[in-house]
Amino acid sequence: MSAVEIRGVGKTFGRGAGVVEALQNINLSIETGEFVSLIGPSGCGKSTLLRLVGDLLAPSTGTLTVGGKTPHAAREDRDYGMVFQKATLLDWRTVRRNVELPLEIMGIDGEERQSRAAEMLALVGLSEFAGHYPWQLSGGMQQRVAIARALSFEPSLLLMDEPFGALDEMTREAMQDELLRIWERTKRTVIFVTHSIPEAVFLSQRVAVMSRRPGRISRVVDVGLPYPRDEDTREDQGFYDKITEVREALREHE
Amino acid sequence: MPGLPVVFSAMAAVSPTLEARTVPRWVRSTLWFLLIVAVLVLVWEAYKFIWTQLEWTWPVRPINRSMPHTWDIVSAMFRPARRGGEDILLVILAEAALFTLREAVLGFVIGGVFGFLLAVVFVRSPLAERSLMPYVVASQTVPIIAVAPMVVLWAGRNDWPQWVAVAFIASYLTFFPVTINTLRGLQSPDPTATELMRSYAARPGQVLRKLQVPAALPYIFTALKISATASVIGSIIGELPAGFPDGLGRVLLNFASTFSTSPEKLFATVFMSAVAGIVFVAAVSLAERVVVRSRPEVFAGDMLTPDEGRAG
Ligand SMILES: Nc1ncnc2c1ncn2[C@@H]1O[C@H](COP(=O)(O)OP(=O)(O)OP(=O)(O)O)[C@@H](O)[C@H]1O
Ligand SMILES: [Mg+2]
Repeated sequence: MSAVEIRGVGKTFGRGAGVVEALQNINLSIETGEFVSLIGPSGCGKSTLLRLVGDLLAPSTGTLTVGGKTPHAAREDRDYGMVFQKATLLDWRTVRRNVELPLEIMGIDGEERQSRAAEMLALVGLSEFAGHYPWQLSGGMQQRVAIARALSFEPSLLLMDEPFGALDEMTREAMQDELLRIWERTKRTVIFVTHSIPEAVFLSQRVAVMSRRPGRISRVVDVGLPYPRDEDTREDQGFYDKITEVREALREHE
Repeated sequence: MPGLPVVFSAMAAVSPTLEARTVPRWVRSTLWFLLIVAVLVLVWEAYKFIWTQLEWTWPVRPINRSMPHTWDIVSAMFRPARRGGEDILLVILAEAALFTLREAVLGFVIGGVFGFLLAVVFVRSPLAERSLMPYVVASQTVPIIAVAPMVVLWAGRNDWPQWVAVAFIASYLTFFPVTINTLRGLQSPDPTATELMRSYAARPGQVLRKLQVPAALPYIFTALKISATASVIGSIIGELPAGFPDGLGRVLLNFASTFSTSPEKLFATVFMSAVAGIVFVAAVSLAERVVVRSRPEVFAGDMLTPDEGRAG
């Protein structure tokens, strides 16, 4: 069974003269454990598509299923771990208590919460900062906390909307390495929205290229580079070829 | 307003991260406070002196009957308030201030709780906000002096102690800032934070407790400081129609009627009312420092002062 099934999904915002058709006839199916990126020009509806999957929005047409369930049922079952461009940590909570937040909401008891938070912070390499407050961390560290928080309750599906968009190039590559390392260890299904072609190619098994207005998936590129991917991958000819392929797919539909 | 330095010093006293330099911050704040008091005294006396010398009469004639010397005000506090009375004025004023503060604190609590609950209802139900908010605003345009006698009468019929009735009058002034600010604060979290809570399938009560209320705390404390002063004013006004002799309201009324013969007593009472308000606000600020921790203002301790910036 596929992790995510998107069938003929469209989304229209507003009504009357101000109507915006953000998405039209989107079809995509994502396997369990797969890493898929969405890439496309600004305003093509990447975030909208992610929010439809995550039940933060309702589709205007078509159907979505997540692990065979409706997005609503999947959300009630806590299947989603979300990471946005802004880390959105609660600044009155320490790093550890931020990671514990979803666990608290899910009614997991204190001891279990603490051990899971400690485990997640170790996973993202921030154990020493457990007692710090978010504003004492750099942007990259905050984003790692957000990832730890999203993984803490072991959701089956990670939805990431430009999580590294606000980071500098160096930090960004380090975060990509780390995300892949985590993905290979936890084998979650990931839908990853990005503006960066190299980022999409480096991370994903498949890259869904979207075109603008109304947003459509114009092409799905199979990356096919072996994992684990590392610094050598970034300098590999195959990597460049895939970047070119995605770039051309993007240009074709401008 | 001389109240602020006290508030700041109270805040600094419980904030260990701030005093990096040799002179503790609360000592500096206290010194500043005393300096400002000294300047105010100086301005007052200088006005009297210059206006007397030049025989100016506008805006206020500098005679002792309308502007007593500061030292006369102070010495009046240490003399019996009435001829043949036992207690000195300061004791009478302190007792009256404590009595009024008791009403003010109860009114503050009643108004604070009611104001908070109203904000929670409003944030949960936009319909309730739209339909009730105009009445909430209108309630504040009704002069409290008109409401006060009604409440006192109503409380009297129900055998409630009068000071409780006065507390209710004070709460009428205090709930409003709390409602407005709390509502603002509950709406303040980033939309993505709200979406995160939704993605965890958090119940509305959990969103309120874990996200909205903590985010609203700085807003709530801003309101509570306004409410603290408003509750003192509300209590003083509430005491007037109640007509009992205990609070600052009655004392103010008495000394206002003898203003032309002994103005220093009224000034002393005004001073004591201000002290009551300052103490209350300082207490709220202290509570704020304890409850609202680790906010970015802590950075103030790490920031360079302009002097250090130049030296380094
Ligand atoms: N809540 C909304 N109400 C109305 N229109 C919206 C709303 N959300 C998105 N849109 C519109 O839908 C279109 C797609 O928006 P979306 O945010 O999904 O784009 P995006 O691909 O994520 O862009 P970016 O790369 O800049 O983040 C845009 O034209 C936007 O104006
Ligand atoms: Mg977007």
